[in-house]
Amino acid sequence: MTHASENVSVPDPILVAKRENRVWKKFRTHRSAMVGGGLALFFVVVALFAPILPIDDPAATDWMAVRKAPSLAHPFGTDEIGRDVLSRMIWGAQASLLAGVVSVAIAIGLGVPLGILAGYFSGWVDAVISRCTEALLAAPFLVLAIALAAFLGPSLTNAMIAIGISTTPIFIRLTRGQVLSVKAEDYVESARAVGLPTFKILRRYIFPNVLPPVLVQGTLSVATAIIAEASLSFLGLGQQAPDPSWGQMLNIAKNYLHQAPWMAMWPGIAIFLVVLGFNLLGDGLRDALDPREK
Amino acid sequence: MLNFVLRRLVIAIPTIILISIFVFTLQKLLPGDPVLAMAGEERDPQVLEYLREKYRLNDPIPIQYLNWIGNALRGDLGISLRTNQPVLDLILEKLPVTFQLAVMAMIIALLIGIPAGILSAVKKGTFIDYCANAIALSGLSIPNFWLGIMLILLISVKWQLLPASGFVSIFEDPLRSMSVMIMPAFVLGTALAATLMRHTRSAMLDVLKSDYVRTARAKGLQERTVILKHAFRNAATPIVTLTALLFGELIAGAVLTEQIFTIPGFGKLIVDAVFNRDYAVVQGVVLVTAVGFILMNLIADVAYVLLNPKLRNLA
Repeated sequence: MTHASENVSVPDPILVAKRENRVWKKFRTHRSAMVGGGLALFFVVVALFAPILPIDDPAATDWMAVRKAPSLAHPFGTDEIGRDVLSRMIWGAQASLLAGVVSVAIAIGLGVPLGILAGYFSGWVDAVISRCTEALLAAPFLVLAIALAAFLGPSLTNAMIAIGISTTPIFIRLTRGQVLSVKAEDYVESARAVGLPTFKILRRYIFPNVLPPVLVQGTLSVATAIIAEASLSFLGLGQQAPDPSWGQMLNIAKNYLHQAPWMAMWPGIAIFLVVLGFNLLGDGLRDALDPREK
Repeated sequence: MLNFVLRRLVIAIPTIILISIFVFTLQKLLPGDPVLAMAGEERDPQVLEYLREKYRLNDPIPIQYLNWIGNALRGDLGISLRTNQPVLDLILEKLPVTFQLAVMAMIIALLIGIPAGILSAVKKGTFIDYCANAIALSGLSIPNFWLGIMLILLISVKWQLLPASGFVSIFEDPLRSMSVMIMPAFVLGTALAATLMRHTRSAMLDVLKSDYVRTARAKGLQERTVILKHAFRNAATPIVTLTALLFGELIAGAVLTEQIFTIPGFGKLIVDAVFNRDYAVVQGVVLVTAVGFILMNLIADVAYVLLNPKLRNLA
């Protein structure tokens, strides 16, 4: 017997390559996606290179320079115990981006397999997974994340777990819907008809088709997760002192609005820019991957 | 129609049961013995055993869940460790505050989002459309707690135009209430306005391409009438349902806004409860919010069917 997969009417590799080329070309010429990508990349580079950048120690206090306005020595000013705001911002980028990426990775890692199972196997598997998804979606995202972070204990790791779990239902629902439409395609039917093992069908034909929308949603979810981490840190449920994070910096800054408004300004601008970057990138990816968009 | 509503209610029951199991399980995530958390400084084994018996923590977990959900169904969500008040009383006391904030935020979001969405769709591809989209995307990217802080800095600290915190009920002193609540309502409504704008734009773009709009234009009707009477009326159906769904989000989004503007509402209740380790209150708030959210979903579904004549007949 020849390999069953050889008899399956798979999508033409030349067509697939052409489509990939078209998507890449569309993405490259999408101006706002490029701006978004540039913004996101800038923050990623800053976060990665924080340890080697020529900046002050983010935890070093200077009682002679408490709440100093921006100057040459401290371009973003200093905080309530004389720490350099710029270096805390740069190190804070690590916490924000790490939280954004790790929590979305948790959500994808849990959500995509569960969504594939629900969509492909239908029946009781689908019923159980879908009901659980609906239940989790019923609790508002932030309330769920706060409750989870509160019970797990305040820390950056627990905040990432809380945000990841709260984001999971979105990926389950998205993947399930995608699988339902892909599994009705001729090539999947043929693969099943020739007796290809289920795991192989899922890996070869279902998973690659699920990936593009997951990629788009993943990028947009990184933006949401960064805001969520900042919100949890703002409430004291994320990154703990003395390690810096943008949300925690804002939490402290709100007490010094009269005396040191710059303390509140920079972290907010940074959150806004990085979130805008990921939103633009996600929108651009969606447009590039949408076959209806010309 | 009644059948449709009942059917949707029945479908909602397993979701409510599952979310209640989830909320109950939260307590089990607490590291260590929950009795130690309840007892605070107290470490006398007899007291701890008394608490264990009192809260029936020696029972098997499924029995504990049944006790908990049975009490919740009778309106008993437990007692706040901090204030000694029943959790349900606390929630009912705080809910009207958040409700007023949410309604004001929704009005602001509708007043900004819908006209901007219509304008953006009608002027598709122009400078106005580009600006409206850019503002909407910025609205979605600005963390609302930072926007709140910046508004306090500018409007309250620098210009001293509006108070930075507090709450006055609209029924007590409408004018003062407006002046205290307008800033938090604006902060809460911004992201929502952006979402509404984007949905209104896309719904209007779909409708503007339809045959009946072309016919209305061919009849020589004024553009204003075509847009508002023929196009918007049809585009409004998904927007109404979205509004119902977003209202649930508003109640949740109020958590941070209430924290910044020191508004004694539902959101502040959960945050304070988290810091006071008042877990019964946290559980109660999550459960009530989730059930409220499910009800808002139900209202959105019913509104969608009511507003859509084709579905109305099927229901």
